[in-house]
Amino acid sequence: MPPIIKVQNVSKTYIRDNFEVPVLNNINLEIEEGDFLALMGPSGSGKTTLLNLIAGIDTPNAGQLFVANTDIATLSETALAKWRANNVGFIFQFYNLIPVLTAFDNVELPLLLTNLSKAERKKQAETALEIVGLKDRMDHYPKQLSGGQEQRVAIARAIVTDPLIIVGDEPTGDLDKNSAEEILTLLERLNKEFKKTILIVTHDPHAAERANHTRHLEKGDLV
Amino acid sequence: MKVFKLIFKNALRHKLRTILTVLGIAVAVIAFGILRTVVTSWSAGLEASAANRLIARQAISFIFPLPYTYGAKISSVPGVEEVTYANWFGGVYIDKNNFFSRIAVDPETFFTVYPEYILTKQEMETFKRERNSCVIGSKIAKQYNLKVGDVMTLEGDIYPGEWQFTIRGIYQPKEKSTDASQMFFQWDYLNERMKQEMSGRDGNVGWYIIKISNSANSAEISTKIDALFKNSNAETKTETERAFTQGFIASSGAIITAMDFMSFVIVGIIMLVLGNTMIMAARERTREYAVMKTLGFSAKHIIGLILGESLFVSMLGGALGLFFVIPIVASFEEVIPKGFFPVFRLEETTIIMAISAAILIGVASAVFPIIRALKTKIVDGFRFVG
Repeated sequence: MPPIIKVQNVSKTYIRDNFEVPVLNNINLEIEEGDFLALMGPSGSGKTTLLNLIAGIDTPNAGQLFVANTDIATLSETALAKWRANNVGFIFQFYNLIPVLTAFDNVELPLLLTNLSKAERKKQAETALEIVGLKDRMDHYPKQLSGGQEQRVAIARAIVTDPLIIVGDEPTGDLDKNSAEEILTLLERLNKEFKKTILIVTHDPHAAERANHTRHLEKGDLV
Repeated sequence: MKVFKLIFKNALRHKLRTILTVLGIAVAVIAFGILRTVVTSWSAGLEASAANRLIARQAISFIFPLPYTYGAKISSVPGVEEVTYANWFGGVYIDKNNFFSRIAVDPETFFTVYPEYILTKQEMETFKRERNSCVIGSKIAKQYNLKVGDVMTLEGDIYPGEWQFTIRGIYQPKEKSTDASQMFFQWDYLNERMKQEMSGRDGNVGWYIIKISNSANSAEISTKIDALFKNSNAETKTETERAFTQGFIASSGAIITAMDFMSFVIVGIIMLVLGNTMIMAARERTREYAVMKTLGFSAKHIIGLILGESLFVSMLGGALGLFFVIPIVASFEEVIPKGFFPVFRLEETTIIMAISAAILIGVASAVFPIIRALKTKIVDGFRFVG
């Protein structure tokens, strides 16, 4: 079976104040469908950049990026936005929920870009909230939830469109030990029970242990 | 519907800021409405002027009279349909502050040339029959609680003495822009008293009003009329009623132009205020826009959110302003000197302009936040610290 994610000779350089800052150097990486991979490395090693490239929210300067046989490096901004909506679920370190929307509305947000009816959207959003164990808090606003609960809502938002891959940038980075444990258990469940391909970036070796594989980045190189 | 919900919730995220901005826009719309009403009221005479009426006055100045005998000569000019005359009386009614036009007119012809002043047949006949009768506009009647049969006593200034008139008619304005705050009485009454009391001031009229059959010939007819009295003791200057009225208000033109300008400056200022609010709001939501873009929302969605919020705030302010500007203009009319503006009302064009201004403010204020939100890359949006 071909890998669901195939990174070929990808390089990325940022321009900061007229200076070229190389972040990734000729990266090659393959991730099998249904895998749970943790990317580790010190700050500035390029792990978030690699995650962003794979998730299609940034573009490489060189190389090819195949996700489910689509070379996303060649897609236009509009096409890439549509591709992300259909294929990627995002989990952020700081949850990034819309504060004026309830948990339900936040989870429903990605579904507004689909052709689903209101009833279908409701059903799907409630199912996602049920999976993360927060159906009873769906009318609560983010400020009425704990950090761990906010992150679970963010996970529900990430899975509500049933994406091919789920990416998480330090998904436990802002949580206490117990909440982090809950989130990692939930990610494990999504991987094992729902066969989701998951890629996370983490500093935390304990979090990385919960993944099937771990890769390390150092100064822009996979080691 | 969810997008509207998000726009609504975004707009109310900082309630105090939104309320202050909405109030600012409302106040601006009110100020715009009042200033525009002053400007349009000042120019109301221009709007009311007819294209088929010419005014012939003394060439040197309007304050100098013309001989009564000119009327017959003017009537003989080809293209002239009807000639009437009028004479400014001035005077004081009860108090000096009670200003309204008091004009001596020819009862036989005046209302034919000015069909916009509507009298009943009976009122017209009585007015023509009684030498010391007068007709007043409905606005004057309402303002001073006057009715047909009442006696109005004026204290003359240009024409000294006490002048008593019996009201024999209350004219109704044909159009909203028609001045309903004038008093007309018989020129014969004035002329007779002048003959008796101030010999030498009789036999004169203030100006002639000439109704012509074709307004396209106004320039040609004006030239012909003026040629009739060339090199006489009282040369005439004939022009269209509009040009005549324009000459009257020209002295205040600079102030009116300034007020006109100010009304648009206010719109500009409030545009900057809302623009600033929207820039702040969009800046605070940089990370949220990055999230939405990440989830697959495109540029048109981001534009819709920012533009929708901006329009929501501006239209709310505009609606609030319009709701209050009508009673405010009405009460403003009560406090300005009586009769200062013959017509003082909020015109439909002013309301349309105020609504357009609110929309313009909403759209223009959203431009920079939209550009910024679209130019910010997703990864930079996540790095943004507000």
